[in-house]
Amino acid sequence: MAHRMVNKGIGAAVRRKEDHRFITGKGRYTDDINRPRQLYAWIVRSPLPHARIRAIDSEAAEGLRGVVAVFTGSDMAADGVGGLPCGWGITQKDGSQMAEPAHPPLAREFVRCIGDQVAVVLAESRGVARDAAELIEVDYEELPAVTDLVSAAAGDAPQVWPAEAPGNVCFDWEIGDAAAVDQAFAAATHVVDIDIVNTRLIPNAIEPRAAIGDYDSGKDEYTLYTTSQNPHVIRLLMGAYVLNIPEHKLRVVAPDVGGGFGSKIFHYAEEAIVTWASKRVERPVKWTADRSESFMSDAHGRDHVSHAELALNAEGDFLALRVSTRANLGAYLSTFGPSVPTYLYGTLLAGTYKTPAVYCEVKGMFTHTVPVDAYRGAGRPEATYLLERLVDKAARETGIDKVELRRRNFIPPDGFPYQTPVALEYDSGNYHACLDKALEMVDYGGFAERRDASAAAGKLRGIGFSTYIEACGLAPSNVAGQLGARAGLYEAGTIRVNPTGSVTVLTGSHSHGQGHETTFSQLVTDALGVDFDSVDVVHGDTGKIPFGMGTYGSRSLSVGGMAIVSALEKIRTKARKIAAHLLEASDEDVVFENGKLTVAGTDRSVTFGDVALSAYVPHNYPLDLLEPGLEETAFYDPKNFTFPSGCHICEVEVDPETGVVEVVRFVAADDFGRIVNPMIVEGQVQGGVTQGIGQALYEQCIYDPDTGQLLTGSLMDYCLPRADNLPDFEIATTMTLCTHNALGVKGCGEAGTIGSTPAVINAVIDALSDLNVTDLPIPATAERVWRAIRDARAA
Amino acid sequence: MSRVVSFTLNGESVEATVESRTLLVEMLRDTLGRTGTHVGCDTSQCGACVIHVDGRSVKSCTMLAVQAEGAELTTIEGVARDGSLHPMQEAFREHHGLQCGFCTPGMIMSALDLVQRNADPDEKQIREWLEGNLCRCTGYQNIVRAVKAGAAAMRTGNAGGGNGP
Repeated sequence: MAHRMVNKGIGAAVRRKEDHRFITGKGRYTDDINRPRQLYAWIVRSPLPHARIRAIDSEAAEGLRGVVAVFTGSDMAADGVGGLPCGWGITQKDGSQMAEPAHPPLAREFVRCIGDQVAVVLAESRGVARDAAELIEVDYEELPAVTDLVSAAAGDAPQVWPAEAPGNVCFDWEIGDAAAVDQAFAAATHVVDIDIVNTRLIPNAIEPRAAIGDYDSGKDEYTLYTTSQNPHVIRLLMGAYVLNIPEHKLRVVAPDVGGGFGSKIFHYAEEAIVTWASKRVERPVKWTADRSESFMSDAHGRDHVSHAELALNAEGDFLALRVSTRANLGAYLSTFGPSVPTYLYGTLLAGTYKTPAVYCEVKGMFTHTVPVDAYRGAGRPEATYLLERLVDKAARETGIDKVELRRRNFIPPDGFPYQTPVALEYDSGNYHACLDKALEMVDYGGFAERRDASAAAGKLRGIGFSTYIEACGLAPSNVAGQLGARAGLYEAGTIRVNPTGSVTVLTGSHSHGQGHETTFSQLVTDALGVDFDSVDVVHGDTGKIPFGMGTYGSRSLSVGGMAIVSALEKIRTKARKIAAHLLEASDEDVVFENGKLTVAGTDRSVTFGDVALSAYVPHNYPLDLLEPGLEETAFYDPKNFTFPSGCHICEVEVDPETGVVEVVRFVAADDFGRIVNPMIVEGQVQGGVTQGIGQALYEQCIYDPDTGQLLTGSLMDYCLPRADNLPDFEIATTMTLCTHNALGVKGCGEAGTIGSTPAVINAVIDALSDLNVTDLPIPATAERVWRAIRDARAA
Repeated sequence: MSRVVSFTLNGESVEATVESRTLLVEMLRDTLGRTGTHVGCDTSQCGACVIHVDGRSVKSCTMLAVQAEGAELTTIEGVARDGSLHPMQEAFREHHGLQCGFCTPGMIMSALDLVQRNADPDEKQIREWLEGNLCRCTGYQNIVRAVKAGAAAMRTGNAGGGNGP
């Protein structure tokens, strides 16, 4: 077979190097790890949404053969264990700080949500631990509970934190110029308003969370294996705030992780429990959630109730937007919970539009539910859903075509950089290009014909649009700090060139499906000209990697990748110096191209491999100028957020007899800036779009309003999209480069989820437009659609 | 109560003592250390634990280990032979049919059973067959593409048809 040169650098659809282990069953996930003499932990969880713990009787459990220990919150408190910290503080309208009640890993006097951790059993097998947990008798005094936002705001609502957060209000926050908005509304020709609910979701990565604590009493060192998107953040939070373990004594390993979607960012109680318990019993302690526990202990997502108003002039120009939102935070503040409905939401309400005045106020509310935090998109889907539903409604009420209304109000391609009225400065974009591309792909001109064909087959066909923007690449540390982040959000990367010229990349980003081992290897291949297969990417281990802030907010390439690029630039500089020494030339004269270092204008050259070997077996190095070795680390702090954008168009067919909605077309045209691996990017969009369709048509977390019980507590009750629910998606990209990172990249991980939900629901409403249906809640289940059709026909 | 269970696993005879209530997937993972088969749920919905029992795909969380007595089992670890990937595995790689990889073993085992029942499944048949295998990463599109390509490769004896870099 003839060999051909294949480009595996930036822009190539390189097949993933991580795949081999996954397709052969050799992936190594947390639950695949077993430590000698390990015990199994089972967590006793609250079956009630709100109760006082009168007593815990664990005598029978402790007497069961194979049980080693039972611990409760008072045991942890006696050891001085702290509460789970919140990483983002919100300053309220009146300048005061948000309410921040304590969150002990094991509950003390009260439980405040279904699934709250009450006790932990350690036993020789998982089965025995579970049997023992059944024997533990917790004497609860049941208290009234509130789970939904409307009830939580009522005057007589049960209080989650009566002393710390009266009225269940964690914070009352605002952004934008209220006076300017009022003025614009006074001058408006049209005012369009909407009451809108963004449903509560449960992320459901297919790998349940797991954690193994392993304390080494000989060295007084702890290792935690955990299903995390950011092991260094867990080390920082758990070490400093919860267990008081110095960093050099605590190693956190996040091996292969089976999906996260935000839910594995946060520091969870079980991580602290197994680490602490391992020291108490001097044996490794392993905990693996079953899916039921995932439903009641993984952080949930979304859950907003909003009222929004849009002011327009006679021509359809947006004059101002006013938004009032209540956001459910759950019973406790999760790691980034307060940032999601504020700085990742209110700041995105300008969308792709040049609306001159925007004002948003958000009340963050406590309820007796599982904590709510970032779920794929985190705040940006909520902003986009609200905005794109409102814009569609404005089009209906003003009679302006919904495509034209969007186009009319887009920030123009020459309008960048663009300062929004809600704090962000967009660096680049071309929203017309995305819209044009999507319209062309969907063949908008042919829609009427397709609608007629559907009608002939007894189906109602609708088309729905959504244009979105997101702020990604979290985050410029100075900006994030001003906004309440309690840590800078830079990233670290190390390039270790080995003596034989192979390269090891140590990255603080964490891959749990994103394919970093491949994408980051492409960056190295591009910069150093080394073979793709001679690059290894190491992630997920604080014992190996200098530092890291992890993977969320579509930041891995634009922040983590840039740290790698910065380190590669240092390697290139040093390699040129070494080559200059070897070639007896001046380093300014050495050109580094395609893995070769050449004295400009001559045929004198050395390979990068020669340079690498020389760096480790140096001879006659001018030691005052040149240090042996070839390893560089860079910390990269982005100058701004990145702003991916795009247009999604969905076509649905509704069966009016059954209410069943079928997504028949889905088109996405996205601007992610420069693309390193188009195959991986397309996969990210496909997966993201599916999660957005899930929210639009299938998924919803429901708590029973009377009992506070979690009704959607299993995969039998919570409907995830399945293979036969979906069509093939049509996906394309346009490109404007990010102006403030050298790669020009913007990020692609969340876009699909952000853009798709409103496109789908707008399509369903469009399909029912002839019946005068103008509003539908999500998820648009068959029952709801059928009822809407029936009610419309009866009217 | 414990029982001795013996069966053939990926061509090898194995025997182990397990508690009677042990699920087959628990025996594979915890007793035998074959961790390629995953557990993603507790209601037999997700399909991450699909293996072959006597040649047919089975969710190994729906069987007790003792029910596998004397059976021939194949798990994802037994699919590649003599160091070379099975065409279905190769097709998943070639068509980017996986992201986090957690559902992948179950997907591949399920797809292999589909192809032995229907050598040339169309897209609709593949989507309907995989209804019992949940994936949260890919949106299924590339899984469907991979299964179609894997089936084609199995028909012709080629590996995946890949010409990508």
